[in-house]
Amino acid sequence: MRKLALSDEILLSVEKPARYIGNEVNSVMKTLTYVPGENSLENQDEKQYLENTQKKNRIRLAMCFPDVYEIGMSHLGIQILYDLFNKREDTWCERVYSPWVDLDKVMREQQLPLFALESQDPIKDFDFLGITIQYEMCYTNILQILELSQIPLFASERGEECPLVIGGGPCTYNPEPLADFFDLFYIGEGETVYDDLLDLYKACKTSGCSRAEFLHQAAKIPGIYVPSLYEVTYLEDGTIKAFTPKQKDIPAKIAKQVVTDVTHASYPDAPVVPFIKVTQDRVVLEIQRGCIRGCRFCQAGMVYRPNRERDLEVLKEHAKNMLKNTGHEEISLSSLSSSDYSDLEGMVTYLMEEFHDKNINISLPSLRIDAFSLDVMSKVQDVRKSSLTFAPEAGSQRLRDVINKGLTEEIILNGAGEAFEGGWNKVKLYFMLGLPTETEEDRKEIAHLANAIAVRYYEIPKDQRNGKCQITVSTSFLVPKPFTPFQWASMHEPGDYLGFAKTVNHEIREMLNQKSIKYNWHQADVTVLEGFLARGDRKAGKVILEAYRRGALFDAWTEFWNYDRWLEAFEATDTDLYFYTRRERKEDEIFPWDFIDIGVTKQFLLKEWNKAKAGEITKNCRAGCSGCGAMKYEGGVCFEGKN
Amino acid sequence: MKVRIKFAKQGAMKFIGHLDVMRYFQKALRRADIDIAFSEGMSPHMIMSFAAPLGVGLTSDGEYVDIEIKTPITTAEALEKLNKVMADGMTILDFRQIEEGKASKAMSLVAAADYTVKFRKGCEPVGKKNPEDGPAGKMDWQSDISGFFARKSIVITKQTKKGESEVDIRPMIYQMSVNAGVVSMQLATGSVANLKPELVMEAYAKFKGFELPEFALEVNRREVYADLGQNGKRRLVSLNDLGTILA
Ligand code: SF4
Repeated sequence: MRKLALSDEILLSVEKPARYIGNEVNSVMKTLTYVPGENSLENQDEKQYLENTQKKNRIRLAMCFPDVYEIGMSHLGIQILYDLFNKREDTWCERVYSPWVDLDKVMREQQLPLFALESQDPIKDFDFLGITIQYEMCYTNILQILELSQIPLFASERGEECPLVIGGGPCTYNPEPLADFFDLFYIGEGETVYDDLLDLYKACKTSGCSRAEFLHQAAKIPGIYVPSLYEVTYLEDGTIKAFTPKQKDIPAKIAKQVVTDVTHASYPDAPVVPFIKVTQDRVVLEIQRGCIRGCRFCQAGMVYRPNRERDLEVLKEHAKNMLKNTGHEEISLSSLSSSDYSDLEGMVTYLMEEFHDKNINISLPSLRIDAFSLDVMSKVQDVRKSSLTFAPEAGSQRLRDVINKGLTEEIILNGAGEAFEGGWNKVKLYFMLGLPTETEEDRKEIAHLANAIAVRYYEIPKDQRNGKCQITVSTSFLVPKPFTPFQWASMHEPGDYLGFAKTVNHEIREMLNQKSIKYNWHQADVTVLEGFLARGDRKAGKVILEAYRRGALFDAWTEFWNYDRWLEAFEATDTDLYFYTRRERKEDEIFPWDFIDIGVTKQFLLKEWNKAKAGEITKNCRAGCSGCGAMKYEGGVCFEGKN
Repeated sequence: MKVRIKFAKQGAMKFIGHLDVMRYFQKALRRADIDIAFSEGMSPHMIMSFAAPLGVGLTSDGEYVDIEIKTPITTAEALEKLNKVMADGMTILDFRQIEEGKASKAMSLVAAADYTVKFRKGCEPVGKKNPEDGPAGKMDWQSDISGFFARKSIVITKQTKKGESEVDIRPMIYQMSVNAGVVSMQLATGSVANLKPELVMEAYAKFKGFELPEFALEVNRREVYADLGQNGKRRLVSLNDLGTILA
């Protein structure tokens, strides 16, 4: 019978005990014991034998998504790495997520160590704790994971027996605010050098070399960043003077890892199937990486360059296998912009022919609205219930040019019109506020665009349309991210942001069709904090720790978010929030993340920043290469039609 | 063709609630490639109905779900296919054909269930706290089970929406005995009358005079029955025995 880390009393008194028991279908159980040839069972007593096999030749790795189970289990990246690691015979990769607040309390009271789901063994006994860092608002959860695991929060305080804490994921394109808490970071796509890292670790362990020696060696693997081996000096104004390796043999620049051939990269054909309903309760098929568009606010669009597609035939196989192995009743395509996949029609036709009759739902997010997608959507979903989604991101054409979003009012109105004639009556519109150069007039244009869509709907004769139309306008506020053309931009005050939203709201209420338009806006203070964490430097770490000490946890959850706690942390650490958020950065400023080479050059980003301010657009990669620098990876869209 | 699946839910699976067990089976049936029938309409769902949902924290060796299949399959083949795709703790025990029609539905048939109940390790009742009654320690809590069962009526106060009400649970206890620390009981179950084993133990603890803390009990459901008796006479037949093996 399966042993559990938590007692029945605890499990029965917390919400959703299934979050903590593991045992899911396709979760990997391993006995890391005898492997022929590696250790001879003879001449060893059992204790010695276990020590040799488990400690020296075996790697135990816990993969963590620092949020609640239902969110963490929905993440494709972890499933890819989990599968990749477990393909290695010498490695057992397990999972761990943030204990929800109810269990957090019990674990602290009873001093129970955080454990991995599969073996239920304490994380502190593992070789590695890998944490995927997907959004800034989970930073305090990372500290919770470390603390509950009984691992010292500061990397500098960890002893030889402590797991190595390694970070990965999109936020590690600026790892600096978290630098003190991690032993190392993996910058880029996980499929490339993890094997090298694990091999090195094994060699180090067998030869008995120290933690420091291992880290020193690891820092020489491309893509591996060991923060403790670098020194940062600052100018008087607080910006960076220099960022330098402490030793000569440590590289000054960290090269982002890129999988050139995504088609043949490892993909999990049997993802773990959770018992409880999670956010992404379906098979996810990643059809491509990166994006050919160059929206100037979008970090993913830059850091995942170049755009690389997976081959359709291989994708078909994955789809079939994953559905068979999980029993999921839904499949979804994943990519930044599915419509840009060259053979989308082939992909969708296959899914419909192969699976629609088997009562498998097909979900197609991020599709551009046109005749083809409308036809597909009418076949896979209930037109009356589903809604159309447009993300113009800015209200006026001028501002859409600033952000390089190639979506015009004409395209939107035509798409919506066609959809309305096909029976749809619900539209969702997404915009951003607080964009560079944005004016009052640009904000009002959001309302005007929403109204124009409603007008287009009511042009259809009453007997041919489907009741009233429902337009939902949602706005978020721009968070300038590292490695985007907007990395130089200033942010606003929470009060200003709310003012922007008020303008939109007011203007919508003035519209003729205001009854058909609903408006939602994002919290402003969260945006400011996200901005601080996104472009923070090493000094930001102490604010995170202070906020955590004051109780900040699950900051991404509205019910736990508390801005005052963070403001207190700024005050207590004598840190100036404005330095990070309310400052247009100089063109020659050294950014905390400049030591990472993402392929796309700073020079290109700067050119884009200046073009943005001039309202000039840049072509997408397929319409014409603009020489961003990502061509050096020798793959993907940069070489389309060139072989 | 209508089919009844009997399964066990043991170990860590006791923490999976009823709705999630339903979701689990939907996916498991797909993994096992059982050709199951779907309802008609805009959003078709698997035709599937569970007998007497089991509470979180309880284990069982006698759970039932009825499904409808489109392609015939033998019991042996189905057991093999399904058990290959189970999570640890879930075991498919049987797969039998049942009669067509609403009357044969597991959910509406349930009349009784067998349970075994024991104290979780470390939660066994201790003796009286009053020093005059001797030292506190392990008490012989088992000795009065037969006396308790022999009573004509066992009245408990139940919390209802309207407040408290008195109920005699004795008529709903069909059998009760104890052997080596394990209490076995057969209780009324289903939509007509339903009694939970925890409630019986609560009443017994009160009768015997010991504390019953929360989460002290380990409950395992052994079997679920239909009542085929007539004229008020009970004749219990397990839901499994109402089906026929597919050869
Ligand atoms: S090098 Fe050219 S084609 Fe390649 S990603 Fe950059 S802009 Fe696009």
